[in-house]
Amino acid sequence: MNATWLPVTTLATSLLVVVVIFSLPEEARRLRTTVNLLAAVIKIILVTLMVGRVSAGYEDIFSFQVVGGVDFVLRADALGVMFAGLSSLLWLCTTIYAIGYLEGSANRKRFFGFFSLCVASTIGIALADNLFTFLIFYEMLTLSTYPLVVHSGTQKALDAGRVYLRYTLSAGVVLLLGAVLLHHLTGDQSFSSEQGLGNYLNDHRGLLTLIFALLVGGLAVKAAMVPLHGWLPRAMVAPAPVSALLHAVAVVKAGAFGILRVVYDLFGIQLSIELGVITVLAVAASFTIIYGSLRALAQEELKPRLAFSTVSQVSYIILGIGLFGPFGTIGALAHLLHQGLMKVTLFFCAGNYAEELGIHRIDEMDGAGKRMPLTSIAFTIGALGMIGLPPVAGFITKWYLGIGAVQAEMYWVIVVLVASSTLNAMYFLPILHRLWFRLGPAHGQGQWPKEQRLGRLETHGWLLWPMVFTALASLGAGLLAGTPFSPLDWATRVATGEYLP
Amino acid sequence: MMWRFGLFDSTAFDSTFEPLVSTYWALCIALALPLLLGLLAALFPPKRMWPVALASLPLLASGLVLLFAFEQAGLLRWQWQIAGVSLSLRLNGLSVLLLLTTQWIGVAAALYTPGVLRLGEPEPLSRWLWPLMGALLSALSLIWLATDLLTLYIALELMGLAAVGMLLLSGKVAALLAGMRYLLLALVGSLAYLLGVALILGHWGRLDLQGLADVVEPGPVAWIAGALIGAGLALKAALFPLHGWLSPVHSNAWTPVSALHAALVIKASLFMLLQLWSILLPDTFYAPRVIAWLGVLAIVWGGFLAWRTDSLKILVASSTVAQLGYLMVVFPLLLGPDIAPLSRALAWEGFWLQLMGHAFAKSAMFLAAGNLILATGQSTIKGLAGTSRRLPLSLLVFGIASVTLMGLPPSSGFTAKWLLLEAMLISQQWWAVAALLVGTLLTAAYVFRMFRYSFDESAPRHRYQPLAPGMDLIALTLALIAFALGLLAHFPLELMHGGGV
Repeated sequence: MNATWLPVTTLATSLLVVVVIFSLPEEARRLRTTVNLLAAVIKIILVTLMVGRVSAGYEDIFSFQVVGGVDFVLRADALGVMFAGLSSLLWLCTTIYAIGYLEGSANRKRFFGFFSLCVASTIGIALADNLFTFLIFYEMLTLSTYPLVVHSGTQKALDAGRVYLRYTLSAGVVLLLGAVLLHHLTGDQSFSSEQGLGNYLNDHRGLLTLIFALLVGGLAVKAAMVPLHGWLPRAMVAPAPVSALLHAVAVVKAGAFGILRVVYDLFGIQLSIELGVITVLAVAASFTIIYGSLRALAQEELKPRLAFSTVSQVSYIILGIGLFGPFGTIGALAHLLHQGLMKVTLFFCAGNYAEELGIHRIDEMDGAGKRMPLTSIAFTIGALGMIGLPPVAGFITKWYLGIGAVQAEMYWVIVVLVASSTLNAMYFLPILHRLWFRLGPAHGQGQWPKEQRLGRLETHGWLLWPMVFTALASLGAGLLAGTPFSPLDWATRVATGEYLP
Repeated sequence: MMWRFGLFDSTAFDSTFEPLVSTYWALCIALALPLLLGLLAALFPPKRMWPVALASLPLLASGLVLLFAFEQAGLLRWQWQIAGVSLSLRLNGLSVLLLLTTQWIGVAAALYTPGVLRLGEPEPLSRWLWPLMGALLSALSLIWLATDLLTLYIALELMGLAAVGMLLLSGKVAALLAGMRYLLLALVGSLAYLLGVALILGHWGRLDLQGLADVVEPGPVAWIAGALIGAGLALKAALFPLHGWLSPVHSNAWTPVSALHAALVIKASLFMLLQLWSILLPDTFYAPRVIAWLGVLAIVWGGFLAWRTDSLKILVASSTVAQLGYLMVVFPLLLGPDIAPLSRALAWEGFWLQLMGHAFAKSAMFLAAGNLILATGQSTIKGLAGTSRRLPLSLLVFGIASVTLMGLPPSSGFTAKWLLLEAMLISQQWWAVAALLVGTLLTAAYVFRMFRYSFDESAPRHRYQPLAPGMDLIALTLALIAFALGLLAHFPLELMHGGGV
C-alpha cells in the first residue's frame, strides 16, 4: 500500500500557507496567526502519520516526470521523516515565538510569508528522493531566507544579506555542477537505490571523487564548515526567530542533512571509505569544531558567541559521519535533532534577554537569573547540553561519538571531543556564572540597558512558552533517550537501516 | 536536424492527411485576427481591460484548436495555389509552442496596455499602438509557420516595421532617436538577409525551405548566403556584439512594447537564424562555434552592463543580451558535424525551453518594472528604495521572473539549464558549462543589487501612484507560467517529439 498523498499533502500544506499568507492583507493579523498556527499543527499531525507509516515499514512515494530521465520524487523514509519531524516541531515553536517577537513591527506579512516558505523548503529537502528534487528545495531555501536576513532593512542587514547570497549562490552553482555530473554518469540516482555507485568505482574513480568534492563542498557552505562559514556570524543581524531558524531548523541543518544524504544514501559508506574521502571529512569537521569554539570564546556579544558555537556544533554531525561505524552514525543523526532543540532554546533565550532587558553583550547579563528565572533556567539547560553534561541531550551525542571513535580506533577524535567540550565549558560557564552568581540590576546594582515589561510573567507569554517547551524537550531527549520514538531511538533505527540493509 | 523544424516529413511517412476544415479557420484566425482587432481598436480605443479580454478570446481559442489538431494528427500542412505560386504553411510541435507563447504574451501585453495609456501622459498617437501591435502578432505567427524564404522575409519586414512604429509612438525625443536608429539597423539587417535570399534564388532557383534542404550543398554559395542571412538576422536578434541598439530602444519604449519586443521579436530572428542555418550550413564546424564564443562574451558583457547600470529598464534590457548568450552558447550542440544524438536532443529541448521560459519571464519582468516605474515615478534603481513595503506584489513578480532568469529551481530556467548542462557534458564542452554557471552568478549579482535597494527601510517615503487593477496580476500570471514550465516541462517538450519524428 502506497499512501502517495501523504508526502505530497505535507509539502502542499506548507506551500499553501505561503500562498494564503501572501494573499492576506498586511493588517489581517489575527487571521494570519490563525492560519500559521493551524498549518503548523496540521503539519505536525501529518508528519506524525508519516512516522507511523515508516515505523510500520512503509515508504510512501510520490513522483512525476519533469523531463526525460529526470523525475521529481518525494519519499518518506526514516532519515527524511526524522528531519521533517524536527523542522515541523520547531516550526511551531518558532512561529509562536516570532508572532510574539514581531508584535507591532512592520512588514510582518512579508516576514511570515517567507518564513513559511523557508520551512516548506526544509520539508521538501527532507522528503526529496533524488538530487534533482533535493536541489530544487535547497535553492528555494536560499532564496526564501534572503528576505528574512535583510528583514530589518538596515545597512548592516543588507550587507549581511549580500554576503549570505554570495556564499550560498556560489555554493548552489557548485552543487548544481556536481549533480549534473552525477546525473550524466549514472542517470537518475535515487537516494533509496540499493545499487549504490560501487559499479562505477573502477572506471571513474577520479570523476567520483570530483563529484563527491563538488557535492559536499557545495553543501558545506550551508553547514558552515570552516573556511566556508563566513556568512553565518554576519547573518546574526537578523531578528532572533530568524537566527533560531537559520541555526537550528533550516539552513545549517539543510547543509548537514545534505551531507548525510550524499554519504549514506548516494555514495554509500563503503564507497566513501574506498574513495578515501571520509577521513578528509572527519579532519575538516574536527578543525571546524575547534576553530568555531575558539572564535566563540573571543566574542563579547551573546548572539555572535552562539553563532560561532553553531559553527562548531554542527560539525559534530559531520564528525559522526567521519567515524564510519554504527555508533558514529547514531551520534551524528541524534545530534541533528539534539543540536536543533538546544540551539533553538539558546536563541530564544538570547532573544528574550534582548527584548525584555535590552541585553546584547555578555557583561550586561549579571544577575539576570533573578529577574528572568525561567529564561535563565532554559539557557542553563541549553548551555549544559552544549557542553555535553548529562542528563541533557548533548551528552548522548558526545557519548556515542566517543564510543564510535574508540571502535574506529580514531583516538585523536577523542582528543578533539575533550578539547571542544573544554572550550564549550570555557565559553558557556562564565555566562552561567554571571546569570546566577553575580549581583546585577535585579539586586539593585546598576540598570538594565533597556528594560521593558512585556508581560505579566517575566516576559511576553508568546516568547516564554516556546522556549520553555524546547528546553524541556532538550532535557527530555536526554533523560528519556531509551524510550521508543526518542531522537536516539529513531537515529538508531536509521543507522541500523544504513548498516544492515 | 531539419526534421526538427517539421520541414521533412512526408517523404518518410505518408502520413499527412488533408487538414480538417476547422484548422483552416483556426489558422486564419491566428494569422489575421490580431491585425483586424488592432485596426478595430484604432477606431474605438478600449479604455478598460475587459473589452480587450473579450476580443482576445477567439485568438486564444484558435491557438488551442491548432494545439489539439496537432496532437491528434501530427504535423499539419496547408497548401494553396495563388496565381501559379504555391504557398504552404506547416505546423509542427515547435511552431505550436511558439505560436501559443506568442498569443499568450501578446494577449497579456494587450491587456496591460489600457492601464498604461490611462495612467501615463496622454499621447495623441497612442491609438495607433493597437494596429501596430496586431500587425506584430500576426507577423510573428506567420514566421513560426512559414516554409519559404519569401514569406519569411515579408513577415520579418512587417514585424520589424511594426516594432519601429510602436517605438516611435511614445513621442519622446529620445524614443524618436532610438527608433530611427533601430529602423536604420533593421533595414540594414533586412538588406543583408535579402542579399542572401537573392544569392540562393540565383543559384538554386527556389525559395521553399524543404526543396532547398534537398538541393543545398556545402560550398561558397551556401557559406556566403549563410553569412549574409546570419549577419542580418543576428543584427535583428541583438546577438552580441550587434546589441548596441537594444538598450536605448527598451529604455524609451512603452512598457508593453518592450515586453513584446524582448520576449518575442528578437526571438523570431533567432528562430529564423537557426532554421536557415540548419539548411544552409548543417555541417559547418566554425560558424556555430563563432556564435557560441560570442555568446560567452554576451553572457559576461550583458551581465556586466546590467550590473553597472542605474536605470531599471536598462537593467532588464541588458539582461536580455546576456540571456541570449545562453542560447548562442548552445549553437555548436545543434549545428555542426559529429554531435552525439543524445547531446543534440537534450540541447534542442533545453534551447527551446530556455527560449520560452525567457520569453515569459522577460515579459513579466518588463511589466513588473513598468509597474514599479509607473507607481514610484522613478526610473532608477536607487529610486526603488523602500518599495518592498509599498509595492510588494510588483516586487514579488519581479522576483519570480528573476528566479527564472537566474535559472534557479523550480523555474523553467533551471530545467533548461539542467538539460543544457547535461548536453554540454556529454559533448565535453567545458567552456560552455563554465559560461552557463558564471552566467547564473552574474544574473544573481544584478538582480539582487536591485532587491537590495528595495529592501532599504531607511529611505524617505514618497507618494505612490496607485496602479490600475489587474496590472500586477497580468505580470504575475506571465511570471508563474515561466515558473511552472520548469516542473511541467515534460508537456511542452513532449509536443516537440510529435510530428515529424
